[in-house]
Amino acid sequence: MWEYDPVFFSRTLTGLTLAFHIIYATIGVGVPLMIAIAQWIGIKKNDEHYILLARRWTRGFVITVAVGVVTGTAIGLQLSLLWPNFMELAGHVISLPLFMETFAFFFEAIFLGIYLYTWDRFENQKKHMLLLIPVAIGASFSAFFITMVNSFMNTPQGFDIVNGALVNVDPIAAMFNPATPTKVAHVLTTAYMTSAFILASIAAFHLLKGRNHIYHKKSLYLMMKVGLIFSIATVIVGDFSGKFLAEYQPEKLAAAEWHFETEEKAPLKMFGWLDDDGEVQGAIEIPFALSILAHSDPTSEVIGLNEFPEDERPPLIVHYFFDIMVSIGVWLTLISLLYWFAIGQGWRFVQKKFFNFLLVLTGPLAIIAIEMGWFYAEFGRQPWILRGFMKTPEGATTAGYVDTMLLLFVGLYIVLGTASVIVLRKMFKKNPVEKELADHARERGEW
Amino acid sequence: MDLAIVGISVLWLFLFGYIIIASIDFGAGFFSAYSELAHTKHILHHIIQRYLSPVWEVTNVFLVFFFVGIVGFFPSTAFYYGTALLVPVSISIILLAIRGSYYAFQTYGAKDSKVYIFLYGLAGLLIPASLSIVLTISEGGFVEMVNDAPKLMYGELFFSPLTWSIVMLSVVSVLYISATFLTAYADVAKDDKARGLLRKYALAWSGPTILSAGLIIMQLQQHNAEHFQNIMDIWWVFALSFVFFIVTVVLLWVKKYYSLAFWSLIIQFALAFFGYGASHYPYLLYPYLTIYDGFTNDAMATALIIAFIAGFALLIPSLFLLARLFLFNKRYVRGEKRRY
Ligand code: HDD
Ligand code: HEM
Ligand code: HEM
Repeated sequence: MWEYDPVFFSRTLTGLTLAFHIIYATIGVGVPLMIAIAQWIGIKKNDEHYILLARRWTRGFVITVAVGVVTGTAIGLQLSLLWPNFMELAGHVISLPLFMETFAFFFEAIFLGIYLYTWDRFENQKKHMLLLIPVAIGASFSAFFITMVNSFMNTPQGFDIVNGALVNVDPIAAMFNPATPTKVAHVLTTAYMTSAFILASIAAFHLLKGRNHIYHKKSLYLMMKVGLIFSIATVIVGDFSGKFLAEYQPEKLAAAEWHFETEEKAPLKMFGWLDDDGEVQGAIEIPFALSILAHSDPTSEVIGLNEFPEDERPPLIVHYFFDIMVSIGVWLTLISLLYWFAIGQGWRFVQKKFFNFLLVLTGPLAIIAIEMGWFYAEFGRQPWILRGFMKTPEGATTAGYVDTMLLLFVGLYIVLGTASVIVLRKMFKKNPVEKELADHARERGEW
Repeated sequence: MDLAIVGISVLWLFLFGYIIIASIDFGAGFFSAYSELAHTKHILHHIIQRYLSPVWEVTNVFLVFFFVGIVGFFPSTAFYYGTALLVPVSISIILLAIRGSYYAFQTYGAKDSKVYIFLYGLAGLLIPASLSIVLTISEGGFVEMVNDAPKLMYGELFFSPLTWSIVMLSVVSVLYISATFLTAYADVAKDDKARGLLRKYALAWSGPTILSAGLIIMQLQQHNAEHFQNIMDIWWVFALSFVFFIVTVVLLWVKKYYSLAFWSLIIQFALAFFGYGASHYPYLLYPYLTIYDGFTNDAMATALIIAFIAGFALLIPSLFLLARLFLFNKRYVRGEKRRY
């Protein structure tokens, strides 16, 4: 017989909402920065192509923000609805950054509203651009604060439990827990990187379709440059994240690496599978690499998974999540590096169709990497919801109908996902760049 | 003053802000969908586009502020309300999602979808109805403890007259608040047709609003005598609120001073809302949870209040700027183009 298990459904629904929200949230964090960069270059060079880039990105951004806001509202409420016991405990210690996040939302929402509806109300473009700064700051700060909450779940501190009662609460210590620096830095750099590659993909797509307008080329050049900078930053911060894990959450790193025995000079195993005896087969082995990732020293010792009690080991599937994320990160860094090197050298092959096709793939790949990274971070924390203090089933709701709610939300996300894609496509199809440029020229009386 | 009172007052204030601006938004959505059917769309459409589109996200943040804040100041509410409210609040989320996406989607592309406009209008009435369930539950008698976990008694809730009076009040007051605001807005916009139509709506919904409010107080006598007694102890607050109700209706009636009528409505609702809140004190959920046993520790409370003051200092000038640009800027309201 099939038994109703609210814990399972709560986990699935939380994971689903977050996996959906994160796509729009990432765009929400990164794209305002890209718009600001384009508008700034446009003003500085007095080049209307960049201004138009900023304008068109902004229009698309309205749609993604709307979905980000509604899914964010959903996850915000679901944290209390699905994890009431966890939120009751965590609320005592970590509600400060959640609360501050709402101010970041306010700030962002207010200035975004003003920015969107005042394109033609400012004589001076620079003044209008200034409105974007609070939008970008608000978005990045909301990522900053929410990631602090997630860090706290991984390395809780700032309180003591004496005889079952919570004492000595220190909200600041809880916010700046050991996971905060690497997590926040990684989340922010990956958001900027992903947004840059998504916008680059769009430009590459138009070029691939044979629309050779200089506008698309400018967009591609710019976004590949920004993408390169942030992907290098991402890989560096990712390396620091590995070192953080080795010190504070060694079981998560060990599970990702299928590293069972504690040993020195540990190799990094990519992909492969586990045979019936639990031996790793068919993996690509990079000697010493795990020791380097964990401690920057090829001979250092890395703690293995067998050191941990069996019921406190994360699921082994996180190995694939980790590998896919890292592979994509390395690939995106290499391809943007190659692109820029080839442009500098005047090599023609980067203009070829096949290379353009590779560039179209960068955006979707970056999104996959984001998803894989979060799946790794969240599954890798299991079985804990609050590491060392509360296991996931203890935090979950006991209410009925979580399964029905899951179905309801699956429906909602399907509708929102498809509607946002359809609306975005329609919006840009109806109003292609060439037409808009011509309209602007006519307005100024150049025709 | 003790911190628990400071906390609940701040949250109640923001909830009031949400109720007013969301009511305007919800009601306008309903009127616009209705006008689609009644072929008066051209009259209302512009006003909604000009006033509501720039601010809907800000409206939503007021709600987010409230539910994040209440879990921050009173973590036990997550336990009681979180468990009990899974189904009603999930439904509200879905309705909020339909509305939220509407502004973005319809501005580009989905413009002509009648189904969407209809859903959007309907959601505007269903959201207040479903969110008002929270107030009903807080009166007690709908949650029981089973194995130390709160369970919502769906049957009792569904068949209680109190539930339906509160639902009714939430729906009709949304329409009343919204129509009164939009009348004043149309007046500033010098849109006489819209003003005439909206004024009729406002007057039509004023009666049902006051009736359903009276009905709720009567039913509380049966349902929660303690709360009823507290209301009676400060009866003058509600009486004063009633006076302002009369003022609003008279001002609307004489077709003058529309803005004043709206401010008088704000005072009417503020008095009733804070009177209700004060009489509910100290319970967050009858009879299980008061603001004192649900309160967070002192360190967190202090930190939250400091964060609130800092955030508020940032917020007020920004909100002021927003209002100046879109609400109180007569030229914008009239739809004139202007360059700065
Ligand atoms: C475009 C997305 C992207 C890319 C290319 C990478 N990552 Fe990542 N990674 C994330 C997106 C991400 C993320 C979604 O942002 C995560 C999830 C949780 C977090 O803190 O960041 C993450 C988590 C995460 C963690 C777990 C941190 C924790 O649980 O505390 C580690 C160890 C790494 N990453 C390491 C790397 C390395 C060594 C990369 C090298 C190429 C890399 N990541 C590329
Ligand atoms: C935004 C990107 C995120 C994604 C894609 C994501 C994904 C997931 C997934 C897949 C699960 C289910 C794990 C399992 O059942 O094994 C989960 C659980 C959870 N996550 Fe995240 N997560 C994200 C960020 C966050 C953040 C920032 C927080 C905290 C504020 C958070 C809080 C939780 C909670 C409370 C659970 C349920 C308890 C648990 O299973 O551990 N998540 N998430
Ligand atoms: C790392 C993961 C996350 C990032 C980077 C992120 C970022 C964002 C961004 C940029 C927005 C749009 C805000 C706006 O435009 O106003 C947003 C909306 C929102 N997010 Fe997330 N978020 C994440 C995870 C979460 C989680 C776990 C929660 C739950 C506590 C959450 C709660 C919300 C809420 C309530 C909103 C709606 C705010 C509004 O009404 O404006 N987010 N998020």
